Amino acid sequence: MAREDYEIVMGLEVHSELSTKTKIFCSCPTEFGGEPNTHCCPICMAMPGTLPVLNEKVVEYAVKAGLATNCDIARTSKNDRKNYFYPDLPKAYQISQFDMPLCVDGHIDIETEEGTKSIRIERIHIEEDAGKLNHDEYGRGSFVDLNRAGVPLIEIVSKPDLRSKEEVESYLRKLKSILEYIEVSDCKMQEGSLRADVNVSVRKKGSKEFGTRTEMKNMNSFKSILRAIEYESNRQIDVIESGGEVEQESLRWDDISGKTFSMRDKENAQDYRYFPDPDLVAIKISDEYINNIKSNLPELPDSRKKRYMEEYKLPEYDSRLITASKYLSDLLEEAVEVCNNPKTVSNFIMTDITKFLNEKELEPEEIPFTAQQLGELVKLIDKGTISSSIAKKVLAEMFEKPEDPNKIIEKNGWIQISDEGAIKEVVKKVLSENEKSVNDYKAGKDKALGYLVGQAMKATKGKANPGMLNKMFLEELNK
Amino acid sequence: MQINREEIIHIAKLANLSLTDEEIDKYTNDMEEILTFANTVNNVNTDNIDELASLEENYNVFRKDEVKAFGNREELLKNAPSQEDGMFKIPKVIK
Repeated sequence: MAREDYEIVMGLEVHSELSTKTKIFCSCPTEFGGEPNTHCCPICMAMPGTLPVLNEKVVEYAVKAGLATNCDIARTSKNDRKNYFYPDLPKAYQISQFDMPLCVDGHIDIETEEGTKSIRIERIHIEEDAGKLNHDEYGRGSFVDLNRAGVPLIEIVSKPDLRSKEEVESYLRKLKSILEYIEVSDCKMQEGSLRADVNVSVRKKGSKEFGTRTEMKNMNSFKSILRAIEYESNRQIDVIESGGEVEQESLRWDDISGKTFSMRDKENAQDYRYFPDPDLVAIKISDEYINNIKSNLPELPDSRKKRYMEEYKLPEYDSRLITASKYLSDLLEEAVEVCNNPKTVSNFIMTDITKFLNEKELEPEEIPFTAQQLGELVKLIDKGTISSSIAKKVLAEMFEKPEDPNKIIEKNGWIQISDEGAIKEVVKKVLSENEKSVNDYKAGKDKALGYLVGQAMKATKGKANPGMLNKMFLEELNK
Repeated sequence: MQINREEIIHIAKLANLSLTDEEIDKYTNDMEEILTFANTVNNVNTDNIDELASLEENYNVFRKDEVKAFGNREELLKNAPSQEDGMFKIPKVIK
């Protein structure tokens, strides 16, 4: 059988660092970076005799995430200890949640080629992050930095509803944008504030039974996740095709070799011996608390998308892409406030801005200019001060050196020529220099007009008002 | 028997303990007694009783999300057997 005869079945465990100011069980700052072990105290370093106290914001943010992903919120919840030894885990247990997570039974909708698909969410629970191990290149030892130990995380566990790497990508992007919209996590993948474990299994198409799954741990870029899925699903198919059996195991994806490696031998199969943390009390959540958070939830990407299609009359595709990023979506709305022209702002975002971000490999958050400036730029086109081709040049300048577009066009002398006398002069000059095109046009070749307009644009360095040029050429040619 | 030697060996391994043969025998017996004792509790009829999240009656003990930096790394690292560049130095951990 060929690879095409198999179906890939995947479920995701997404870890997202919450953007609270302090850690989950102590008052240390959560800020990324910092000198090693400077965001630490006796509690997150697990000194004997210290006790954890839960940060109220962690509960609030997790409930917010649960409501935004259509989960039921538990009225009673608790924390449990997950026991294992690793030097980045100072207590030798992680405080997490086992059988009574804060949120259960949710779903989010993703767009696929076959239309909208609902991906079920099994649970969302709160837990603490581990520290970081640094290794030196001489192999003299490892070095433990506990700044990240105790930073709050939510783990969002999906059901095995994902069937292709495209679906995994849309699910992750959707989840990321929801978390950004509700402002519970900055989701900076490069800083590890959004990471995913992917459970993968394969089965013959049409089969109802799940195959044996493997779990790929802790990946923090879309690119690695998608490559890892591709590699691991093919590996499993090859094992089955050659008569073997897939073993259930945890794997580490290695970006450099492009392969997965077994993380633990079977003898050390994990046995976490969860039990309720006796240092912490139960969490009880009232209807009032939930309703209060629910009524303060901001508008989510799906709703914004619908609004863009209805109010702004933008195409579905554009609306979906722009709303996927809270930053781009805010940029659009704020620029529209200034210029009241959603179509043009959206076109700039979909074409020039997207192209620039891709070329420079930047995130939307890194766009240097403001929505105000983008709005001003569109206003200048609408007023006829500059042509749209000049506007593209202004935008390129705004990326290099962001400032008021009015200043940019002034400085570069890019203001559109809308003076009738000046334009007439150019038209006459172009006509006298291009006799052949004039004759072609008169002989019925409409295309020749475009050439003439192009020549006039060239002569004015793109500054002539294109509408006026066209009109004047026609007047002269039809005389 | 509710527990056997293999399970004791497994539990010891998870706890990073190495036990002698005598200790394994002793702990197998001890553990058996503990489990028998715990069975008394297990046999209580709990049909109409709600699940408890905690034995502690208190609940919702929270902290405000306000930064209070400890600000004394030296003190935190003071008892570490080995340190370098503000970090705990430990035997090399293979990735």
